[in-house]
Amino acid sequence: MSLLTLACALTAPADIEDGAEAMTDTTAQTTQKSWLARAADSDLWYSFVRSPVTIVSTIVTILFFVSAIFANWIAPHNPFDLATISIMDASLPPAWMEGSDPRFWLGTDDQGRDIFSTIIFGARISLFVGFASVIFSMILGISLGLISGYVGGRLDAFIMRVADIQLSFPAILIALLIDGVARGVLPREMHQDLVFYVLIFAIGISGWVQYARTVRGSTLVEKNKEYVQAARVIGIGPLIILWRHVLPNVMGPVLVIATIHLAIAVITEATLSFLGVGVPPTTPSLGTLIRIGNDYLFSGEWWITIFPGIALVLLVLAINLLGDWLRDALNPKLR
Amino acid sequence: MKADVEHNSLLTIEGMRVEFPSRRGHVVAVERLDLSVEPGEILGVVGESGAGKSTIGNAVIGLLEPPGEMTEGTILLKGDRIDHLDDAAQRKIRGARIGMIFQDPLTSLDPLQTIERQLVDTIQRHLNLAEAEARSRAVDLLDQVGIPDPDVRIAQYPHQFSGGMRQRVVIALALCADPELVIADEPTTALDVSVQAQILDLMKALCRDRQVGMILITHDMGVISETADRVAVMYRGRVVETGTTQQIMSKPTHDYTKSLISAVPRPDKRLKRFPLVTYIEDAEERPEGLNLATHWLGKVREEHKLTGNLVELKDAHMRFITRHSLFPSRRLYLDAVKDVSFAIQPGEVFGLVGESGSGKSTIARMITGIYKPSGGSITFDGTDMTALQSRAAAAPFRRQMQMIFQDPFSSLNPRMRVEDIIEEPIHFHKMAYDQQEARQIMHDLLDVVGLGAQAARKFPHEFSGGQRQRISIARALATRPRFLVCDEPTSALDVSIQAQVLNLLKDLQSELNLTMLFISHDLPVIRQICDRVGVMRNGQLLEVAPTETLFTDPQHDYTKHLLKLMPKFRGFRMPELEA
Repeated sequence: MSLLTLACALTAPADIEDGAEAMTDTTAQTTQKSWLARAADSDLWYSFVRSPVTIVSTIVTILFFVSAIFANWIAPHNPFDLATISIMDASLPPAWMEGSDPRFWLGTDDQGRDIFSTIIFGARISLFVGFASVIFSMILGISLGLISGYVGGRLDAFIMRVADIQLSFPAILIALLIDGVARGVLPREMHQDLVFYVLIFAIGISGWVQYARTVRGSTLVEKNKEYVQAARVIGIGPLIILWRHVLPNVMGPVLVIATIHLAIAVITEATLSFLGVGVPPTTPSLGTLIRIGNDYLFSGEWWITIFPGIALVLLVLAINLLGDWLRDALNPKLR
Repeated sequence: MKADVEHNSLLTIEGMRVEFPSRRGHVVAVERLDLSVEPGEILGVVGESGAGKSTIGNAVIGLLEPPGEMTEGTILLKGDRIDHLDDAAQRKIRGARIGMIFQDPLTSLDPLQTIERQLVDTIQRHLNLAEAEARSRAVDLLDQVGIPDPDVRIAQYPHQFSGGMRQRVVIALALCADPELVIADEPTTALDVSVQAQILDLMKALCRDRQVGMILITHDMGVISETADRVAVMYRGRVVETGTTQQIMSKPTHDYTKSLISAVPRPDKRLKRFPLVTYIEDAEERPEGLNLATHWLGKVREEHKLTGNLVELKDAHMRFITRHSLFPSRRLYLDAVKDVSFAIQPGEVFGLVGESGSGKSTIARMITGIYKPSGGSITFDGTDMTALQSRAAAAPFRRQMQMIFQDPFSSLNPRMRVEDIIEEPIHFHKMAYDQQEARQIMHDLLDVVGLGAQAARKFPHEFSGGQRQRISIARALATRPRFLVCDEPTSALDVSIQAQVLNLLKDLQSELNLTMLFISHDLPVIRQICDRVGVMRNGQLLEVAPTETLFTDPQHDYTKHLLKLMPKFRGFRMPELEA
């Protein structure tokens, strides 16, 4: 369960918003005004309040995040607490259908677990795995991109050829491969313990190329700018230059990629779980829920798979729309 | 045609007002503007950046960048109203009746099409000519703009032409359909002096011979005085004064014109200080500078007095790889600096002058350690810098030499506050005991460069170009260097700002007893600020001489050539400014 507490820390709803505010920070006109006033004055906020689609997707995203973090308090039932689950409640339809139980708004699954609650807990796992793998990809991709762009030469050629090779395989294939290798190499019990880490590693490693390429491109531009040369004239070493001068100036596009990548990571996790190589059924994610429900689709209990499916689509769509808007809003050419 | 009497001018602009609506209110770029151009006349529009010069040109050809809009006034071309036309009608005028020459010849030609294609297409769009006729016309045009072997060169692509030749092609393109009016927006700003003179002569001759009217938009008084027949001086979106070039240059009436003209660095005489543009409305209060004689910054910190040269280059060579390859035989190299040797004595300002690509900036970057020389040696204070292996060994020397860069917009990290930018070298070289002392030094430095401590909390984008250059200077002074490299420190600035920044550098140089390497392509500026000058071309140092000797008695042919091309700008002078 320590993973889930970590998940709470990672899935703070402020994450994306924070990033956005950091961007607007520098475009604000004066430094005298309060942080909030400057944010409200910024171009980003201006474009935000004029885009209803973005506002709706932000609300949806925040709802998902809040309910994922506070799942223990928000969910009406705890599907993992065996004491509260009764097999008598199994396979009840949603509340508006005949033969339903008002306690279970979206019905129950074959073991009598409340679908609404499992969706909330499932979204939590999906988001945690998604966030963790995005962060893993980001760190890996940004570091390699910075080194590649700044050092150049053979190292650059090597890193970029590796990226090219990886790009010739579909991301899901790489994730499957890594998961398969981990299953083969690790002893069974150990794999059970490490399943989350393996999953995060598998999804994360399949996504670093985009970050590396973008960051490399921006680094090539930034490293020739005079402020980097000024730092070199002072005598500052390459690591500090990269960290303090280049990195903050290449983060804009990275933020956009990260947002869209989060949606992709959630989908990848769901796909892996749907294929049965993701998270175990004891701690089901949205993908696992869809897979479990899939078996009951033709026996009439459609709600077991449809509702987690809708939740997944909503979550991914909302994050994607948010990422699209962020890309346009931060692109000076489209302003 | 009743209006013929009134509108006999080629182009008449009356009461023009251009607004750029934005969410923070409308920005008025141009207002109450009246101008007229006669056939065969060159009207110079001069002003500093942001004065609205380019907006006029764009409004006339109907290419205002959205959301910009002409809200008032009329534009008449030979009596026909050409403002507020629809796109189709506007396109017919553009190219056919009004030609346009842009600043950058590198980007105003399509790199994927031959010159022939671009010329023939334009000719055929506006004139009813067959392919063969259009082509022979295109060859004629290239011949007229002075391109040798036009028959052969017409089939080439833009990248096969040099910058000056490309600008000639752009001019030919503008003249394709025999326009009545040509708008030239900073046509020579991106070109070297020698090329600039040729292009200006060409434009003058073409206007005279073809009776084409021209609006020449520029910030350069020298260009105006040599080319224009009449001048309109712009300031903050308004024309403050119009008159013949002769009249404006010798007897300007408006205060702004007077101070603008007198701020142009003089090529013919060295002054103690640069005359300032005094006419600046609502100029901000400048904090009093510090008295450097008593301040810590002015205190001598150096370990020993040196007797020899502070900086010495011996056969310094810089070779760049222009094509990488695994096999050494397939690699291509460019020798940017070829075996250059010179020495800079303590306390002097050494100038390097030359056209673009002559290797000036490369030398600056070799001395400051951004590039590692591929041959020869660079000695600083008796130590061979090229022999120092580690960064740690070089650090004490790095502290003693600092650099000011050309582009004020890219030389400051946009994500750092001014205080962090200036404190960074202080912390790096451990020149303060604690954060508080570093902060104090930073505030003092901001005072020294005339910005004041309130600038500390801001980000670079909140400052103008000149102010940013001051921040750059403060950063360079933060390590208390004895040697300062200035790489074209003012070439991106307006004349008035240039004067302020150069005065600041001059003051600091004498008060702090700095040794300076001053790089510029601008001979008048070199004359004003340098003690000795080296002339460079194609990576070679041709001549080194004391400034006055160089200007009065140049030895090398190339130096003579450069001096001959220097704009002979003898404008209005404020006698009280001449010491």
